[in-house]
Amino acid sequence: MTGRTNALDVIDLTAGYGRIEVLHSVSFSVPVGAVVALLGPNGAGKTTTLNCISGVLSPTSGHVHLNGHHVNGAAADKLARAGLCTIPEGRGIFPNLTVTENVSLFAFASQTSPKDIEERTFTQFPRLQERRSQLAGKLSGGEQQMLAMARALSSDPAMLLLDELSMGLAPKIVEDLYEIVADIGRQGISVLVVEQFARRALAVAQLGIVMVQGRITAVGEPADIYDELSAAYLGGAA
Amino acid sequence: MTNFVTFTVIGIVVGATYAIAASGLVLTYATSNVFNMAHGAVGMFMTFLYWEVSVNQGWPVWVALPFVLGIAAPAMGLLLERVMMRRLTQADVTISLVVTVGLLVALIGVAQTIWPPAGRNIEQFFNGDAVSFGIVRVSAHQFITMGVALAVAFGLYVLLNRTRIGTAMRAVVDNRELLALHGARPNLLSGLAWALGSSLAALAGILLAPQLTLDYTTLTFLVVSAYAAAMVGRLKSLPKTFVGAIVLGLLINYATWAYISLPKSVLTSDFGQVIYGVKNSLPTIFLLLVMLALPQEKLRIGRISGTKLPKLPSWPVALAWSAVFIVGTYLLTGQFGDANNSRFGQAMCLPLIMLSLVLLVGYGGDVSLMQLSFVGMGVLVAARGFTIPGTGIGFHPQVSVLSIVTAFLLTAMIGAIVAVPALRLRGLYIGLGTLALAAAIDRIVFNTKLLGFGNEGSTVNANRPGWLQSEQSFAMAVVVAFVVMGLMVLSIRRGKYGRILLATRDSQAACATLGFSTTITRVAVFAVSAGLAGVAGVFFAGEHISVSTYDVFFFKSLPLLLFATVFGVTSISGVLVGGLVYGLIGYAPTTVGNLASVVLLLGILLLGGNPNGLVGLIFEQARKVPLPWRRGGLPVEAEPYPTHNPARSALEAPVGTA
Ligand SMILES: Nc1ncnc2c1ncn2[C@@H]1O[C@H](COP(=O)(O)OP(=O)(O)OP(=O)(O)O)[C@@H](O)[C@H]1O
Ligand SMILES: [Mg+2]
Repeated sequence: MTGRTNALDVIDLTAGYGRIEVLHSVSFSVPVGAVVALLGPNGAGKTTTLNCISGVLSPTSGHVHLNGHHVNGAAADKLARAGLCTIPEGRGIFPNLTVTENVSLFAFASQTSPKDIEERTFTQFPRLQERRSQLAGKLSGGEQQMLAMARALSSDPAMLLLDELSMGLAPKIVEDLYEIVADIGRQGISVLVVEQFARRALAVAQLGIVMVQGRITAVGEPADIYDELSAAYLGGAA
Repeated sequence: MTNFVTFTVIGIVVGATYAIAASGLVLTYATSNVFNMAHGAVGMFMTFLYWEVSVNQGWPVWVALPFVLGIAAPAMGLLLERVMMRRLTQADVTISLVVTVGLLVALIGVAQTIWPPAGRNIEQFFNGDAVSFGIVRVSAHQFITMGVALAVAFGLYVLLNRTRIGTAMRAVVDNRELLALHGARPNLLSGLAWALGSSLAALAGILLAPQLTLDYTTLTFLVVSAYAAAMVGRLKSLPKTFVGAIVLGLLINYATWAYISLPKSVLTSDFGQVIYGVKNSLPTIFLLLVMLALPQEKLRIGRISGTKLPKLPSWPVALAWSAVFIVGTYLLTGQFGDANNSRFGQAMCLPLIMLSLVLLVGYGGDVSLMQLSFVGMGVLVAARGFTIPGTGIGFHPQVSVLSIVTAFLLTAMIGAIVAVPALRLRGLYIGLGTLALAAAIDRIVFNTKLLGFGNEGSTVNANRPGWLQSEQSFAMAVVVAFVVMGLMVLSIRRGKYGRILLATRDSQAACATLGFSTTITRVAVFAVSAGLAGVAGVFFAGEHISVSTYDVFFFKSLPLLLFATVFGVTSISGVLVGGLVYGLIGYAPTTVGNLASVVLLLGILLLGGNPNGLVGLIFEQARKVPLPWRRGGLPVEAEPYPTHNPARSALEAPVGTA
């Protein structure tokens, strides 16, 4: 590979469930330290793409490179230990563990001690501190998503995959959450965020990718892909 | 006073062993979502192994104990997790129940093969040396038991709540995939939990064994007490589980105390037998009460089991096969001698009994581990007759239309009574509840002279009607009964009622929102299924003529369900084959019979829990074979409901809208 390696390269990725092919030769890259938004209508294959990257699903063909390393077929837990952190669709929390347990559970992956991690997390998310000994399943939707992010950050990832951050949340909370995403990007962590509601995600992203029916239809600066996006959502052929 | 203290001490000691067993159960359930019915069987197996190395091979205790608890038991737990439990974490409870029941049966089979029945004893630790405390003597073994229980309680509490690996173990159940996405190894964690769980089962077995003779089923079912204790903690809370275990231990021992203080005249009377049965059923009664006291399980929304049921035969096909089957068996039994006809007839009784499972398990998606209890009641109706006291109205003890109808009504009624509380539960709990009830019925009803057969092992006799005296004619009567009842089951399935049943099975919540009362449906199914089992009991009595309590021993309901499931509990043909195989294995050499269960277990694993079973699988494959009269020869897949199919909707859309 020439020049700087990307944090993530997806090359000619094809994948599906059973006999149904969902992704058709998908290629894109996430530069190191960038926030990239992967956008598209329901059923486009966004979650499937993330599953292939995180090792939950093995692609039928194509390659996934993380930091220039070929990682197809690696197990999810191994990729996670190598610094890839995923917050899956729906709330990525353990409902029957307390907030503190949720946060400190993965401390073993990092160099920091559990105490420091809790300290750091609770300064960043004061809301969670108030509810530290509550079961995570009893938090509100927004708080749960916040907890998922907090936990993701506690493991000091090199790259973060976020799926449908805004699902079912009030605009104000989504606003807050994207503030945090922007923050994460500024810390030098590469982020790939999947969203259906594009505007919010594009506001913090440096690059947008549009996916329709398992194909990438546009890649570009946020300002440049709005046209393509509205075409994708309205269902017309662009 | 001395008595009180003595029984209290023993009660706490017994409770402590229950607590150890129960905590192993909670641990494995909490980390893998699989309730291990075979938990006690694992303990039993390991206790036999301990006997083997410490008594038979003469290893010293300090070698034998670490070997069993530290190597053999964890290895078994790891193996079970690897080949079996891991596939069950997402499975329907019914399936995981059947698979672990299969494991239970298989472990007993293997144990019987390696260690054929014989009197075996395990010594207490320190040869039963005892220390006196004023009025009571506490043996070293009892001290050790209590100490070990405390250590287990403390150790597990610290492990699960204070260590990261313990927290991660709890997280496994919450979301296995998420845990992997964060870099933990879920398989390693649940493997560890199962290793620890088996060690605890082994520990409980070894501590309990000196008080009993070493026996396959006693040790296996001693865990009913552990289930009861675990249920107090709702299968989650370890502290509550420990409290439950101690309370149960005390309860049992105070009851024993009360029992032995009864006047001798009561003890030896017929009624005394019933009291004895009640006393021995205390753990199961406790289990039932605890389960009923639990708040009603919430309907699970959006859980769709999505099992494809096998294609139903059309009426002409079903009738044709019925005729072929009757004529075929008639010709065949004409060639057999009396001995073989009797064997065949006895084997045919099993498919007859299993028909009741097709309705309940196959179509209804519920579980019952007490089907043989209903059979036993049917046997009693046929063998004891029925008269309304003082009126002379009733009938002689004989197989007759009257006894069949009575057996149906009686068992259906009892089935309904049982179902009303039991069906507040679902899946796991109803399996446990029916098993507990079956054990209680065995002791309180069947093993008493007043209500049942008499002492354990006693027999009752039934008469055949004059025109069905010969072995061939009665065997044919069983065959005809199977066909008639099979067609009845089929017609239930085909009717409106059958569709409601399937809908209930697939999603209770959805049905409830559509306004069906799922409870009434399920109670009705349970009652009819019990009634069918009762009728089967009448034929069972007529075929065997002499039936003993062992023939309807509650434990035998487990292989019954197992064979039905492996061969296909969703179809009549499945239970016909399964029942016959089960029946005929009874005539094979003991070792073959014992090991058949292992083969069965492998069968279940290979089927991946597909309830249509082997027979269903064969039919499915056979349907794909292009035959000349089958146009196109394309595989036809049974779809119980129209499912949304985007491709099809696109094709069916009016032209021009695309
Ligand atoms: N487990 C699965 N089994 C079979 N098909 C699946 C499965 N998961 C997704 N699909 C199908 O794959 C296609 C893409 O799904 P995917 O979840 O990747 O979409 P998405 O872009 O994430 O949509 P959304 O915005 O609604 O989350 C859909 O048509 C879906 O029906
Ligand atoms: Mg998605």
